[in-house]
Parts: sequence; C-alpha cells; structure tokens
Amino acid sequence: MKRKNRRLLFVGLGLAALGLAAALILLAFDDNLVFFFSPTEVEGREFTAEQRLRIGGLVEEGSVVRDDDGLTVRFNITDLSTAVAVTYKGVLPDLFDEGQGVIAEGHMLSGGFVANEILAKHDENYMPREVADALKKSGQWQGTEGNVGEEAEE
Amino acid sequence: MIAEIGHFALILALVLAVVQGTLPLIGAWRGNDALMAVSRPTVAGQFVFISLAFACLMYAYVVSDFSIANVVANSHSAKPLLYKFTAVWGNHEGSMLLWVWILALYGAAIAAFGGNLPPGLRARVLAIQGLIGVGFLVFLLATSNPFLRLDPAPLNGRDLNPLLQDPGLAFHPPLLYFGYVGLSVAFSFAVAALIEGKVDPAWARWVRPWSLLSWSALTAGIVLGSWWAYYELGWGGFWFWDPVENASFMPWLMATALLHSAIVAEKRDALKSWTVLLAILGFSLSLMGTFLVRSGMLTSVHSFAADPARGVYILGFLVLVIGGSLSLYAWRAPAMRAGGRFRPISREGALVVNNLLLVTGCAAVFIGTLYPLILDAISGDKVSVGPPFFESSFVWIMAPLFLLAAAGPLMAWKRADIAGVAQRLTLAFVAAAVAAILLVAIRGGPWGAILGLTIAAWLIGGVAAEFFERVRLFRVPLMDSLRRARVLPRSAWGMSLAHAGIAILIAGAVGATNWQTEHVEVMQVGESAHVAGYDFTLVSLENGQGPNYDRRVGEFRIEQDGELFATLYPEKRKYWVQGSDTTEAAIRTTWLADIYVAIGDPAPGGGLAVRIYHNPLVPWIWLGTLIMVLGGLVSLSDRRHRVGAPNRARQKSGPAQPPQSADSQGSI
Repeated sequence: MKRKNRRLLFVGLGLAALGLAAALILLAFDDNLVFFFSPTEVEGREFTAEQRLRIGGLVEEGSVVRDDDGLTVRFNITDLSTAVAVTYKGVLPDLFDEGQGVIAEGHMLSGGFVANEILAKHDENYMPREVADALKKSGQWQGTEGNVGEEAEE
Repeated sequence: MIAEIGHFALILALVLAVVQGTLPLIGAWRGNDALMAVSRPTVAGQFVFISLAFACLMYAYVVSDFSIANVVANSHSAKPLLYKFTAVWGNHEGSMLLWVWILALYGAAIAAFGGNLPPGLRARVLAIQGLIGVGFLVFLLATSNPFLRLDPAPLNGRDLNPLLQDPGLAFHPPLLYFGYVGLSVAFSFAVAALIEGKVDPAWARWVRPWSLLSWSALTAGIVLGSWWAYYELGWGGFWFWDPVENASFMPWLMATALLHSAIVAEKRDALKSWTVLLAILGFSLSLMGTFLVRSGMLTSVHSFAADPARGVYILGFLVLVIGGSLSLYAWRAPAMRAGGRFRPISREGALVVNNLLLVTGCAAVFIGTLYPLILDAISGDKVSVGPPFFESSFVWIMAPLFLLAAAGPLMAWKRADIAGVAQRLTLAFVAAAVAAILLVAIRGGPWGAILGLTIAAWLIGGVAAEFFERVRLFRVPLMDSLRRARVLPRSAWGMSLAHAGIAILIAGAVGATNWQTEHVEVMQVGESAHVAGYDFTLVSLENGQGPNYDRRVGEFRIEQDGELFATLYPEKRKYWVQGSDTTEAAIRTTWLADIYVAIGDPAPGGGLAVRIYHNPLVPWIWLGTLIMVLGGLVSLSDRRHRVGAPNRARQKSGPAQPPQSADSQGSI
C-alpha cells in the first residue's frame, strides 16, 4: 500500500470510529437526559407517565408520613410557594429530614409524584444548587450565598 | 505562631517557585548554565518550605488549635487521632496544600532522579513545574489560605464530615492526587519538548516511568474511592457515574492512552506529536478534575463551595494552562519530523486503535459529565445525565478495546500477519467459547452479562497465550520455561499483569451490574428473610457508643441450607457534633460474591428497614484493580527505567531470551 493510501486508511478509520461514537452518544442522550423542575414549575405542566424527571426543594415540615409497611414514605417537596406530593418506597438516605434539601427522581403519575430515587446530600448545611435556585425563583430564598453547594470533600 | 510559620513558608515557596519558573527558562534559551542550574536548589527549597507548611497545618490539627479557621471547620477535639491527620486534606484549603506539596515532591524527584537528563531539558521541565506551582500557590494564598486565624477562638470545632471519618476515604485523596499531579510531569516534559522542538525515543523513555507511577496511583486512588462508596453509602453499588467520579476517570483514560502511545514513541519513534498532545490533555483533564470537584462547579453528590473569587481564578488558570499549552502545540508540533513507518496491521496500528478508543471513550464521559453544566449556562435548563447514558455509550466504545487488548501484544512491530496472530490466539478463542457455553448453560442471561464475561474470558485467554509464548511453555522443557519467565523483562510481566487485571475487573463489573439481587424489607428482631439462597435472621438490635458517635448495631445470622454461614453486624451511626447519620454496611465475601447487609430507619410499627444484597463477582473488581496496580509497579521496576541502568537488556541471558525479545519488549 502506498504511503498516501495508508494515511487515508488511518484517517478513514479514525473518522469511522468517531462517527460511530458520536452516533452512540447521541442515541444514548436521547433517552437518558433527566430534566430538573422546581415544584412551581411542575404545576400546570403535563408529563407523560414514561418521562423521568427530578423535582427538588425542601422536605415540607410535618409532611413526612410512613405507611404501616415501614418502607413506603409520603412527603411533600416544597419551594415554599408550591408543594408536590411524593411517594417513595424504599430506604431513605441518611441525610433525609424534614426542612432539609432533597431531590427526588421518578415519574409524575395521576396520584402524584412517584420517586424511585431520593437524593439527600451529605451535610446538614448543604443545599443542592438546583434546590437553592428553585427557592430563589419562588422568592423564598433566605440562606446565605456561602452555604450554597457547600459541602465537605468528595 | 505555628500557623504564621506555615503561612510564611508558603510565601517563601511561592517566591522560590517564581524564580524556578523563570530563570532556568531564560538560561535554557540563552544557553546559560548558571541560570539553568538555579532550578535544582529552588526545587529543593520549595519542597522544604511546602513540607514545613504542611507539617504546620498537620500539627494544628493534631493539637486541635481552634484559633485556625480551617481546623475549626473540619475538626473536633473528640475525633480519633487518625482522622485528625486525614482531616488535613478532607477540605478544600488543606487538599490544595496537599496538591502543591505533591507537586513539590515530584519536582524534587525529577531533580534527584533526572541526573541523566540533558541540562536544557531538565531546566525547562523543572521551570514548567515551577510555573504550575506558582499558579497553585497564588491560588492557595489569595483565595484558600488554610492558616487564617479566627478571633476569638471557639472552644471546639465543627468536626469532620462523618462520611470522611473512614479509613478507605482517608487515603483516597492523597493517592488520587499522586496520580493527578504525576501527570504534571508528563505535561512539563511535553511542553519542554515543544519549546525545544524535539521529541525522540529518549524523551519517551523519560516520560514513561512518570506516567506509569501516576497511572498506578490514579488507579489505586479511584478504586479506593469506589470501594468506599460501596461499603459506606450502603447502596450496594460500586460506580455511580457521578460527575466527581468521572472527573477522576477522564485523566485515568488519558493516562492509559498516554502509556500506550509512549511505547510507540519509545520503540518506533512514531506517534510523537500525538504522545505530546496526550500528555497535555491528560494533565488538563486532571487540572479540570481537581478544580471542578473542589470548586463545586459540578453539582454532584460531593462538591465544594462555589466562591466567586475562586471560580474566576480557576477559570483563568485553566484557560491559561490548557489554552497556552495547546497554542504552543499548534505552533510547534507541525515542525516535528514523522518517525518510523508502519502498516495498519501491526503492533503500532493496534496501539493507534487503542488510543482512538480510549480517547473516544474519554470524550463520551466528558460530554456526559459537562453537558448539564453547558446546558445550564446556555438555557438555564437543569438536567442530569445518569448511568444509562454511560452504560449505552462508553461501555460499547470500550468493548472493542478489550477484544483488541488480547491481540495487540501478539502482533509484530511494523507489519503483522493476521492469520498468524489468530492462530496464536487459539487459547483466547477456546477460553471465550468455553465461558460463553458455560454461562448460557448455568445462568442463561441476560445476554449483556454473557457477552461481557465472554470478552473477559477472551482477554484472559489472550494474556495467557502471549505469556506462554514468551516463555515457550510446552515447547521447551518446563524448567526452561520457568527460567525464561524469571528473566522476562519486568515491563512484560507488568503488561501481562495489567491486562489480566483489567479482564478480572471487567468480569467483576459485568457480574455486579447484571446479577445483583436486592431485597428491602422491614424486619422485627427474630424475623428471617430468604435472599439468593441464604436465610438472614435478625438476631438482635443493640444501641451503643463509639468514640464520637452513637450507634445501633444489628446482629444478623446468615445460614445456607440450615448451616451457619456468617454472622454480620451492620451499623447505623449518628455522629454527635454534626448530628448526621452514616450507614456502615456489613459485608461477607466468598470471592465469588458478596453478601451485603445494611440497616436503615426504624419503622413506625417496630422493627427496622433492612437492605440485603447479593452482589456476584464484586470482589473481582477490587482484585482486578489490585493486579492492575501491581502490574504498573512491576513495570515501573523494569531495569531500563532505573537511573543509570544500561538501556540494553543483560547480554549474558542472550540464548535464553524470548524469541522476539527485540520486538516484544514494548509492553507497559
């Protein structure tokens, strides 16, 4: 093979690999992006039962109720102007508590939001940035800038 | 007083770094030996002063000096001593200090072991290291000073985040940083080579040991973090594709690519400018990793305060380093002469494909990690990219790499013969076929798991085939083969170990992701659950106290077919000072699977939530990684990397040398 042809082959191979990778990435993106909403944004929006989304805010004080099976938990996520009822079956993360920041990932069904995953962050001072932004949007933000996203170590 | 000494030492180190970063560069440019010679004492001085500063901060933690803001924020007098030490780097300021200390350590090591480097190259490399040091020291002193005083001093501190009070995570940051910072050496060599306009096999031979060291540390650091997440977070998973994990994974992928391309640069004098580019990209990603994690720019399970001053500085520094080095590359790289030629089907060709796949895989991780950040900046929409994205893109890009890893080492340099390689891969074909048949017969699915494990078996078979060929097993008497194995270059051993390790790791990861059994239920004392062939009985629940926490301990009796298999004691802790909970899962391993029990909250009707996992093949993940690290270290001990060692292998073992020794030494 001539040198020029060989170089062409290499370049072609590289481009093919990149094209394939780009196709894979785009395909993967299609289904796997999960959008984040504040409770106020959820209000008045339509979601299909298949659509995965995240809702973030504070766990409303006094809203946490555990069912008798000991595993199902119901609570409200609030941005202090609107609240969304959430149902979750499973073990809650260590830092889940009333009045604390939380993100729930799951599906909006007719009876409310059904979460498959609850994310509470590692530190009691910590406020997930999306949650802080959601509170700011609803005009209820009272924290200091310094605490946003602050947390110790990885 | 101690704090002021530390602070002052940092300032002195900065001054020395400025000298180290400028005078030797001028000296190398003008050919002035005296100016070039400045680099070695300044490197030594920097190391001494930063060590002093580090020791001061450590002392402040050990004696609980609560007049220092950093100690107050991250320590408490009741904390166990080990965590007083490790809390030094369990926070932003301290971890940045650790970073510059390791940078200074690497600088000192280059000066100490670089005796055989050409003086001009050494001066330039050390100067670039000095400039990186300037960037970090200014950042430390201006925005993240760990020695700031607090007046009045509080009586006690706010304690270290309880999740970090754990031996696994205590040593995760130092190892990770050894890896990150180690890539700065390859970077400095790359920039120095660009300034000189010369990359030759000798250059590649100097770069490789540093890249190997950094790769090994990075591998160990990442797996330590993963292991910690596995047993401490209580979710039974080992890798979450969390942005912070990805931030350390991207430099690792680049370092892996760099290791392989440097082989070609060293052995064949080809792929030179590509190797230089990888060195630049590898360090750029590790800088990004450090800063993205430390600045909280990534909203993730674990990140730090977004302080505007820090953010702006970081962004400026990243632009300067990455933009500057890439511009230099664009300007100088075209001048580099292309080296040895090769056919597409050859060892070089295989290594090129290896590099393409690794870099493409890295790009996929990069896009998945940074896309939410970019979208947020452009449109304000908040999204997250979860594990499914990475599983359906990255994993598929890696699969051909593992297929290739078995064949590549069997290919000859310059031009290889496919039929011959296929024939020598018989063992790999057999291993893959046997694995596939056994798996279908025993487990039956899912097909992704069968495919993954078949690939792992293929790779193990390929590694064994290559190794057996080197020692000519069954072709010469066994004792001869053993002798051949003994005189095999360490780098060959290293490659075999690392490739075998990755095969075991793949098997572990595939098994763990596909065959995990999860069982969650509320259990009363005395109740039993049946999971994956084992009976779990909650025997008792007790409350007690640790050194700085309250704990609830469950005793689980685990039986298999009526016989006692193990007794496990999972814990839930509540730390006094921060009031936060941690989960301490209890794990019993059979080496084929982990039995994993974690306890959660008490239920309203009595009893408590219990999570039980059966995690097949998880121990292989740790075992495989350990073997990879071992491979890296063994390869690092190869005599050709040692100072002053002659570059040629020992002559007296000539007749016993493997048949293609000249050809086949090119392994990690």
